[in-house]
Amino acid sequence: MGTGQDPELLRRLLRAKDRMDAASDEEWPVRRLASVSGVSEAHFARSFKDAFGVPPHRYLLTRRIERAKTLLRDTDLPVTEVAFDTGWSSLGTFGRVFRDITGESPGELRGRERAAPHARDHVPACYLSAAHRPDLTIAVSEKRRRVAGPRIPANETTETEV
Amino acid sequence: MQGVEVVGLYVRDQDEALAFYVGKLGFRVHTDVKNGDYRWLTVQHPDQPSFQLGLFYPGAPMLDSATAETLRALVAKGAMPPLVLTVDDCRAAYAKMNAHGVEFTQEPVDRFGTVDAGFRDPSGNGWKMIQARRRAGGAE
Repeated sequence: MGTGQDPELLRRLLRAKDRMDAASDEEWPVRRLASVSGVSEAHFARSFKDAFGVPPHRYLLTRRIERAKTLLRDTDLPVTEVAFDTGWSSLGTFGRVFRDITGESPGELRGRERAAPHARDHVPACYLSAAHRPDLTIAVSEKRRRVAGPRIPANETTETEV
Repeated sequence: MQGVEVVGLYVRDQDEALAFYVGKLGFRVHTDVKNGDYRWLTVQHPDQPSFQLGLFYPGAPMLDSATAETLRALVAKGAMPPLVLTVDDCRAAYAKMNAHGVEFTQEPVDRFGTVDAGFRDPSGNGWKMIQARRRAGGAE
């Protein structure tokens, strides 16, 4: 740790992070985030990075890509729709950032997930779903049956959900 | 009866936490005892008399100041473990809590066959609020 940041400031920065989590498809210019946190625009990005390890813009991209990965895995939405649903206005940018963060293209990820269905055992990505795993909705249960993968205990679910 | 009796949260201010958990979430005070600087404070859900939620301040005399400072930062960054509150009606609970000024991080959403929402306490501890399933099963 040792960032030495004031907990009261951290709490307000967390609010900006929460807001991005809740609506990662929206635009989050520094001005908007700074105002959520009650921090000056000049200090926001640095304070956020000190607190959470990544600059706010990078954090937002990561959240969008996480959501996109989930949609690619769990739905049949075309890649274009996944891109637009997760906040990208350009398919090209989506593909580039996706590859940058995950190391593969959206299509490759989807293909790989389908070819190796056991890999999807760590989704749906949410401690909520993990807590209620035995009671998943029909659609997901069907997928799960089809996959016939082993259940994982809740505490092995690593991703957090918005 | 055997089982878990108390699980504690770290909070940045025990008075504030008490006002939140009792005044806004409807918990009751179970124990509130001071011993010098140390305050043992637990609250209880009215429907769950066998369990106490501790609201503890990370500080002396239990912790050295550097450790306490680290913990206070972690709590404020939302880095503490997940918490789940079960309710009968997530949307009704949301409406009520929202009116009390609870900071929601996620509005109620239908998924996984139920409804869930997310909120934080004033310190930064994150809660999921999940609607109990009607079907009584072995999952609870």
